[in-house]
Amino acid sequence: MTQTYLNNDRLRLFVRYLVLTLIAAIFIFPLVFMVMSSLKPSQQLLIDSGSLRAFLPVGDISFDNYAAAFRRAPVGLFVANSLLITGVTVIASLFLCSLAGFSIAILNWRGKAFVLSAILATLTVPFETIAVPLLLMSSKLPWIGMEGLELGWLNTYRVQIIPFIADGLTIFLFVQYFRDIPKDLVEAARAEGASWWQVYSKVLMPLAGPIIATAAILKFLVMYNQYLWPLMVVQEEGYRPVLVGLQYFFQLNTAWGEVMAYLSMITVPVLVFYLFLQRAFIASIASTGVKG
Amino acid sequence: MADVVLKNIRKSFGSVDIIKGVDLEINDGEFTVFVGPSGCGKSTLLRMIAGLEDISSGDMIIGDKVVNALPPKDRSVAMVFQSYAIFPHMTVRENIGFGLTIAKTPKAEKDLKVQEAARILQMEHLLDRRPSQLSGGQRQRVAIGRAITRKPEVFLFDEPLSNLDAALRMDMRMEIGKLHHQLGATMIYVTHDQVEAMTLADKIVVLKDGEVMQAGAPMDLYHHPKNLFVAGFLGAPSMNFAVVNVEKIEGDQITVKNDAIAETTVHVQGRSFTVGTKATLGLRPQYLSIADERDSCMMGTIVLTERLGSETILNIKLSDGSTMIAAIADDQIFKIGQSVGLTFDADRAHLFDELPSASDAAH
Repeated sequence: MTQTYLNNDRLRLFVRYLVLTLIAAIFIFPLVFMVMSSLKPSQQLLIDSGSLRAFLPVGDISFDNYAAAFRRAPVGLFVANSLLITGVTVIASLFLCSLAGFSIAILNWRGKAFVLSAILATLTVPFETIAVPLLLMSSKLPWIGMEGLELGWLNTYRVQIIPFIADGLTIFLFVQYFRDIPKDLVEAARAEGASWWQVYSKVLMPLAGPIIATAAILKFLVMYNQYLWPLMVVQEEGYRPVLVGLQYFFQLNTAWGEVMAYLSMITVPVLVFYLFLQRAFIASIASTGVKG
Repeated sequence: MADVVLKNIRKSFGSVDIIKGVDLEINDGEFTVFVGPSGCGKSTLLRMIAGLEDISSGDMIIGDKVVNALPPKDRSVAMVFQSYAIFPHMTVRENIGFGLTIAKTPKAEKDLKVQEAARILQMEHLLDRRPSQLSGGQRQRVAIGRAITRKPEVFLFDEPLSNLDAALRMDMRMEIGKLHHQLGATMIYVTHDQVEAMTLADKIVVLKDGEVMQAGAPMDLYHHPKNLFVAGFLGAPSMNFAVVNVEKIEGDQITVKNDAIAETTVHVQGRSFTVGTKATLGLRPQYLSIADERDSCMMGTIVLTERLGSETILNIKLSDGSTMIAAIADDQIFKIGQSVGLTFDADRAHLFDELPSASDAAH
């Protein structure tokens, strides 16, 4: 009897892993294609793309495309710009949106239901529809910097960061998460003398690991993949992010090998960030201290 | 330590009154239990004392301060929640010391107080564990530990034992009782469990629909309930109620009877009755006894028996169709369908000038 159960369990486990492996393969094939293609000359890349050879490191393999990509565009600068813009936006967004979520979910104030509705309504507005008004506003906004008062935010990092710090989806994620945290924990902290800031910083945020990881991944992907907005507001090479840099490779005769090499390089930070947060996500699933 | 005084305390949500003018004095060092059915407002009242709910009107005084407008941290109260509400991301040590950390207590002093609380609650060996590694009883101890360390003037317990199993509940109940003796603190405890109320309390406050039905010492409430609700709520099994006719009044001796109960004279104080009207006779199951037909004042048929070891609970259907519960201490064997006579000690009977409602009968 026990043996049969054991065999059934093993079979079930095998089938489960088989299905998961197949799904993983479907998702990983484009990445393998990209990396393999980045190692091949453009001619061979086009020939291989019709067969399974496209996914294998066969033929004339070299890192020539990478060297050429570096010659064609300041890859390091673009990656650094993107990481700076994305990093600052993600951190500022997590902080501000979690505070907004805390305020809406935990504090009692008049009109918060209306404010939440208004925030949720922004989710239905595509960025493209507000891009032009936002561009006009950004071009005239003042800023007090190192050189005193300036007018206009174009060709800066801040124009690529500040408009994206607060967003409806991140606020909504935090609102939902904080609402699900047992009210008793908040009240226990209050009864122990904690201020609202201490409730937020010492009780709720340490328990919000999963939602912080989720919100960070979503925000990172949105920011790292920014294309339209930086194209509109940045003309100087020094402030360009990675995706705008892709333009350097699309000319009369597109060098697909170099494109693939560039894409492979700019994909690395995304993968590292995702894998890092995925671990944090699993590690931060805290057991509840409230008996249900 | 401090007195807690509630003066005409009210709580309303819109037009709905949850607490309807509560006046109460809880003396320094007293163990007071708020008891009542679900929705009676006992937890709301406790949360109002803690400062977790606003007070719509009235005065809340802790020690010599009116605390109506003070946040929880300035009221010198500590609260233990039904759900434990211990922080899952902190160790037991951090949980117990949370209030001290918030108050920026020097580390050495904090460590000492946490150790002291852990010693009192016998959980020194658990200090570095996380809540997920603790049993329900241990988690509740952590919650109590967190309350002890700040040395508040008033401890508030909101149904702290409801999530524990029966055996653990009894252990923890005794521990809370011991803790009260040890600390000598003012404690206010909310429960719907009348056994907890009777065993722990110096004073019981029975609440119903946001109003105090009666407040006093447990045995005083048990023996001298002011109304049917209190009479039915305290005591297990609940008091039997029988609607009777008032036949004769001689001073404070009232003679009553109904179709099933023979004429009986009850001694009553503080209530007035009129001959020919109806009243409610209250008989505790423990004070009913089996008697011969000749000596009995009511006859009935046993419809259910429950042997509890120390006593047997008999469910007896009387001749008028009503039911009487009797708790018989003898080892006598009873059979379903058996006809029995019942008698009771008239000095222990209660007579109320109100008729039972459905909710009174339910207790």
